Amino acid sequence: MLQLKQISKTFSKSTPNEHRALQQVNLTLEDGDFVTVVGSNGAGKSTLFNVICGNFFPDAGTVSIDGKDITWMPEHKRASFIGRVFQDPMRGTAPNLTIEENLALAYSRSKRGPLHFALNKKDSAFFRESLARYDMGLENRMDTKVGLLSGGQRQVVTLLMCTLVPPKLLLLDEHTAALDPATSEKIMSITNEIVSQHHLTTMMITHNLNAALQTGNRTIMMDRGQLILDIHGKERETMSLNDLLELYSSKSNQALDNDRMLLT
Amino acid sequence: MVILLGSLQLGILYGMLALGVYITFRIMNVPDLTAEGSFTLGLALSAALTIAGHPLLGLGAALLAGAAAGCVTGLLHTKLGIHPILSGILTMSGLYSVNLLAMGNSSNLSLINSTSIFKMVGTLLPFLDKDMVKLLVALCFTALCALLLILFFKTHIGLCIRATGDNEDMVRASSIHVDNTKILALAISNAIIACTGALIAQYQSFADINSGVGILVVGLASVIIGEVLLSRRTLTGNFLAVLLGAIIYRFIIALATKYTILPAYMLKLVSACIVAFALSLPAMQKSLAMYKTRKEAQKHAAAETNF
Repeated sequence: MLQLKQISKTFSKSTPNEHRALQQVNLTLEDGDFVTVVGSNGAGKSTLFNVICGNFFPDAGTVSIDGKDITWMPEHKRASFIGRVFQDPMRGTAPNLTIEENLALAYSRSKRGPLHFALNKKDSAFFRESLARYDMGLENRMDTKVGLLSGGQRQVVTLLMCTLVPPKLLLLDEHTAALDPATSEKIMSITNEIVSQHHLTTMMITHNLNAALQTGNRTIMMDRGQLILDIHGKERETMSLNDLLELYSSKSNQALDNDRMLLT
Repeated sequence: MVILLGSLQLGILYGMLALGVYITFRIMNVPDLTAEGSFTLGLALSAALTIAGHPLLGLGAALLAGAAAGCVTGLLHTKLGIHPILSGILTMSGLYSVNLLAMGNSSNLSLINSTSIFKMVGTLLPFLDKDMVKLLVALCFTALCALLLILFFKTHIGLCIRATGDNEDMVRASSIHVDNTKILALAISNAIIACTGALIAQYQSFADINSGVGILVVGLASVIIGEVLLSRRTLTGNFLAVLLGAIIYRFIIALATKYTILPAYMLKLVSACIVAFALSLPAMQKSLAMYKTRKEAQKHAAAETNF
């Protein structure tokens, strides 16, 4: 499905601030994989996502999806098959457009010509029905401007926007980190529901190691631009939080900074 | 009465300009200075072609040339990475030469002896008096323009343009090319503004190379007056409010000159002041609210210490 080969990316090359964000990263995802990505700040997780999305291009290596090389494909073209949800709830939606208009924008992208009306009754009913499933009361507020919603509500709208037309790959960049614990849990369960419903191939960055082990079917760990751990199957099922922490410190040869990895 | 009718005609015509300004200023969130050049561009082309005997062609040419001017600003901004306001200034200055070229290197043209659209409609409808014809033509063009815009912004691409002004990141993530929506918005805005210029030239039977100076402020003032007067819940409502704002702006100007409250040359300064004042309202309201809250808090604190 997704294949990354020898991806490297260095920022501020040949300056004192040189930062090797990714160093020859190799990763292959199978169809329907739900991979959680963990690692401390600056490990290269978001850089990895940015390279996959085309936010910037790698210095070396190739990105391909379903066997097609997309290393140099511009970001907006990839967006038709890669969905991404950010940590910041403000980033995924247009605040001055209504819920319905936001959803319509995401939904009609692949369907019709540019001069067709963006809203119609059939789509509206579909949006309402899709929102109602998540039990946030949003289905009755379709004409509300998204800017008036809470962070959690906005993340639900963003998630739905990314998955109304199921993408080939869904990237979740700490999408619950800015929310309170209860909302965060709710968004996580909605995420699981959406992913299993469409059988989406998904990557999720998280600092919550418990969630990392409990969600999905595979966990990878990054450190200083390298993939240092890749666990799945039986090994992952039996792994406890402490095992993961130990593995991390032995693999990365550094004492684990507990303050930086939020172990909630 | 004559003044009222004249202001109404002008107000309706300049309503189109205000619609064009609204697209860049409110929807795209960038005040576009190309307007000053593209207004005169439309005016110059329309005047030159009307003198040559093609008033309708003048209007079409203005529309296309205005769109082209908007595209230039858009390309400078998106593809060459120049600051949007600076891109507008560059196009505007460049257009000054283009406009002089269109007017045959003379700084003003008179259309008194040529057949304008207004005169054409006048001969078609001889039973209407001259002012009514002018009003009718102005109303038709502005209504058509407003209607097309209202419909356009309900389409998918229209929605993309609105979202671009709101949250670029999100639009890019919806597989839409942000550069294209920006260029398109600038092209539409400037096409409308040039078209206003074209109509104004034929309306006043006169074209001057400096007609565009300060025209952006006129547009902004109309937009802001409209927003103050009418609630702004939907985009359609906003467009109508902007049209109303343009008409009211003309009435204010007419009253001010009629009763010689101010000499005519002060108009631009007054317009600029109105816009500056209206734009600073939110900031002033905020500090006023802050001041009140603080006073209130101090009062309570004083009351508590008294106990």
